[in-house]
Amino acid sequence: MSEEMKDIILNYVIEEYLEDEDEEISYDTPLISGGIVDSFSMVSLKRFLENKYNISIPDDRATPEAFDSVTKITVLVDGFLK
Amino acid sequence: MSFSDKLRTIYQEQLNAISDAGIFKKERFIHSQQAADIEVEYPEGAGLKKVINMCANNYLGLSSHPEVIQAAHEGLDSRGYGMSSVRFICGTQDIHRELEARMSEFLGTEDTILFPSCMDANAGVFEAILTDQDVMISDRLVHASIVDGIRLCSAMHDTFKHSNMDHLESKLQLHSDKRLKVVITDGVFSMDGDCAKLDEMVALCEKYDAMLFVDDSHSTGFIGKTGRGTHEKYGVLGKIDIITTTFGKALGGASGGCVSGRKEIVEMCRQKARPYLFSNTIAPVVVSGVLKVMEIISENTERRDKLEQNSAYWRKGLTEAGFVLKDGETPIVPVMLFNAKLSQDVSNDLYNEGIYAIGFFFPVVAKGQARIRTQISAGHEIHHLDKALEAFIKVGKKYDILGKSKQEIIEMYGL
Repeated sequence: MSEEMKDIILNYVIEEYLEDEDEEISYDTPLISGGIVDSFSMVSLKRFLENKYNISIPDDRATPEAFDSVTKITVLVDGFLK
Repeated sequence: MSFSDKLRTIYQEQLNAISDAGIFKKERFIHSQQAADIEVEYPEGAGLKKVINMCANNYLGLSSHPEVIQAAHEGLDSRGYGMSSVRFICGTQDIHRELEARMSEFLGTEDTILFPSCMDANAGVFEAILTDQDVMISDRLVHASIVDGIRLCSAMHDTFKHSNMDHLESKLQLHSDKRLKVVITDGVFSMDGDCAKLDEMVALCEKYDAMLFVDDSHSTGFIGKTGRGTHEKYGVLGKIDIITTTFGKALGGASGGCVSGRKEIVEMCRQKARPYLFSNTIAPVVVSGVLKVMEIISENTERRDKLEQNSAYWRKGLTEAGFVLKDGETPIVPVMLFNAKLSQDVSNDLYNEGIYAIGFFFPVVAKGQARIRTQISAGHEIHHLDKALEAFIKVGKKYDILGKSKQEIIEMYGL
């Protein structure tokens, strides 16, 4: 699993979703179940990943569970790159 | 299936959980007309208490205006009580169409369609005009009714950070491949009382070929120099593609709402919006009342001017007293307390002082953002505001929050 990819995704999540500058998250912070990303706002993350890595993530794979942490998202994206 | 003990237990456990979380809502019974001075039974069974209402959406003080009541009586006599039909079967009277034309004229739009409520307007409009080839891009603080409308629509949905135009622009770029794009915002945000930057949003929508949707429920009748709404304030009359608004706040406060805007959008709602097609429209008595309201507010700007003066007076008084407020210039003036329990305690103490103002906390507002949301009315006189201010100061002193910063209040009471 690419560390670089994890950092890119982590940075995107921080830029896109965190409102409070003091808030800190890690690779394994629960994003959806932790209330940081609401299921509505997941779409921009999905589109970002698709554009960035030139992949297509079917809706049935873009589940709240699969998007629940930076680590899980990286595993998902890795699966489409192989 | 009977309503078994098992079912009762399931629901009772859920209700207990709401109660344990401290978010169980109890209603207070008002025994008088809606106005600045009201008589309230609270808690249930208690004697009536005269209090000053500081939390109604009765912005123009027209909810119990004698001329509006008289017009409603006349409407009841001439057009009857109910229609017993949806609009497209046999539920459209001349006055329904008259009100639609009146709203188009007032809002500066091409056409208008009435809905039973603005909740219904917001619930129905997106599904009626968008498909899965399209995208909706909404401010993250839009009203719950818009969120429901978005959920009912098959178009893709994305959000932008509250009032962040750079973020909105990045989203318009991200979704540039979509057939139709709709940017969605409240005109005035109901919990914070701030205005959407409609001039900048119009420019972005023109640049990226997107439509702009504005829910102006907390604006219509009083924002802008003749009260037409947020689009008048920002000089973009005629440039908003879809406006939804309510008759349940400034415009008499009874019920009903509308979608107003481009004529093709309105016609699509008339053909396809489910809350319009499958529900009776606004009762004739209410239509008659709203028509009178529109007549009153079109004669002069006296009421919206008084509301503006009252709001400035109230905001200045609270600021000088040392409360932390949300910035703004609308009649929605949130007094920030940050801690949920503190907001409830202050609300209860204010009530004991004869002031009716409700505390809001998560999930209605974000965690750590608990507040008393005060709402000013043209029905308030200076003596109402002075008495309310006196009570706020007394209660503020009790909790030692006057002159304290956000950080100091949080240190004292926690989040």
